[in-house]
Amino acid sequence: MSTRLILLLSLAIGAALVLAVLFGESPLTVAQFGEAVRDPASGPGEVLWAVRAPRAVTALMVGAALGLAGAVMQGLLRNPLADPGVLGVSAVAALGAASAIVLGAAGTPGAVEISALAGAGFAGGLLVLFSARVRAPEALILFGVAVSSFAGAATALIFNLSPSPIASAEVMSWLLGSVQNRSWIDVLWVTPAVLLSAGLAALAAPGLKMLSLGEETARTSGLPMARLRLLALLAAALATGAAVAVSGVIGFVGLAAPHLVRAAVRGDPARLLAPAALAGGLMLVGADLLARITSTDQELKLGVFTALVGAPLFALIAWRAAREWRL
Amino acid sequence: MTASLTMWDADAWIGGRQVLNGADLQVEAGELVAVVGPNGAGKSSLIRAFAGLLPLTGGVARLQGDDVRTLSARQRAERVAYLPQERRIAWNLPAIEIAALGAPFLSGSEARAAAQAALKEVEAGHLADRGVAEMSGGERARVLLARALAAPAKALLVDEPIAGLDPDAQLLVLERLKARARAGQAVLVSLHDLTLAARYADRVGVMDHGMVEAEAPPMTALEPEVLQRVFSLSARWIESPDGPLLSGLRYSPGSGSGVRSGSSPDTVA
Repeated sequence: MSTRLILLLSLAIGAALVLAVLFGESPLTVAQFGEAVRDPASGPGEVLWAVRAPRAVTALMVGAALGLAGAVMQGLLRNPLADPGVLGVSAVAALGAASAIVLGAAGTPGAVEISALAGAGFAGGLLVLFSARVRAPEALILFGVAVSSFAGAATALIFNLSPSPIASAEVMSWLLGSVQNRSWIDVLWVTPAVLLSAGLAALAAPGLKMLSLGEETARTSGLPMARLRLLALLAAALATGAAVAVSGVIGFVGLAAPHLVRAAVRGDPARLLAPAALAGGLMLVGADLLARITSTDQELKLGVFTALVGAPLFALIAWRAAREWRL
Repeated sequence: MTASLTMWDADAWIGGRQVLNGADLQVEAGELVAVVGPNGAGKSSLIRAFAGLLPLTGGVARLQGDDVRTLSARQRAERVAYLPQERRIAWNLPAIEIAALGAPFLSGSEARAAAQAALKEVEAGHLADRGVAEMSGGERARVLLARALAAPAKALLVDEPIAGLDPDAQLLVLERLKARARAGQAVLVSLHDLTLAARYADRVGVMDHGMVEAEAPPMTALEPEVLQRVFSLSARWIESPDGPLLSGLRYSPGSGSGVRSGSSPDTVA
């Protein structure tokens, strides 16, 4: 069943990528499409292959990274509300990126990316430490809110004290989240990180499934839980850090993607990983396409769009989860 | 022959409170031992210490002769399967997959076969494909027991398996555990129901203040003096066709609140 689901999602992603290349804010004629295919260096060719295509593929990889990170974190923390955005991992990653930008490291290749990754890893570590000591699932969400708020405040402080308005504007665009103007360089950067994260997550998958039974049972199951937990944490932090490094903070994809496919894998947190990544990619390619073709003077930022859709969804899932916790 | 589970002079602390205070206990292969005791006496701590979940600050817990601290996670799992009291399952997995988690080192099909057999053993074979979130609390408890039974371990550590279950399910669970003991596993189970402990256990360990006060066949371990001292019960055992039956009241040394006059502790003790 999950093979069919993966196939189905892959086909849908293929279709979404084609649509994302065909449509955009400046509509092309059939003749222009022909020109673009014959001569990629032509004007329409540039639009298709150097603007729309890398942007769509970036959206796919970022969405996949967030969907995967969400699925891993939900499994690791046994919490349907876990998501890199909700629990502050994205916010701390953004804080890392913002610090690097303001400190003038944006020119150094990889500095912003590494800072985002470090931030994500640090926040992920905090969450795991907290969840190992406090069992209540709602407490973890509160802790995540605190982490997120603190990182937001620290980012605002950086923004506040930033000497240059250019750096401020750049930080601001991180916070909103977008895949606008992303190039094949960005794709080349994010793709290996996402693949590595997927590999780590696959190794950790049996541990995530065992954790369904709770911390103590998992620890007596014979599986090397400490190692599997670390792998899962690395996978989630790497995916989140890579996503934030490339696109800034895009919320709620990590929350929503696993929920869309969870029933199809009968709740199995191990088999959930691949479909959740694909669903996240599909969602973000679709959302970015919608954001682009929606006619507004200022282009709708992707992070703003996903938050508008995602926040009510979060409330809905919280409502349902809270009822289950009362059992 | 070394006993399957041995605890000797065990001390353990949880957050400034001593939960084990020189606890001693032995469980042989083929034997069902019940630990009983008031809330907070240390029953769960004793079980968790055997499972390797609660580090001892003094004394030792041995699994088939080896100190639990020296065993790897996998070696521990081969020696003991642990069933906690907590029955929360995070996701709506089907019962067969939950039960199969008891045997993570078997191949997929072998684990499923073991899981199916264990589900049948607890009369939950018909639930195999049902999601655990769509089950009653009793059904979920049986599925979790099946998970522990599916584990190919030499001993079972079971923490309050019948809490919150209906009478039929309580008897089913204890019968199955007894059958496992008869088949050669060492079974250590914590219980609150003294009558059921007396009927099903080969031996009973009575815990109080982190110590095992008495460890003996049920009628010896649970004699009226112990019931009064440890459980504050003014009670005695009555023979019934189905086994011993505990009859009694709360014990109160003074002129007693809520205790019927005439059940003077002196006459029982």
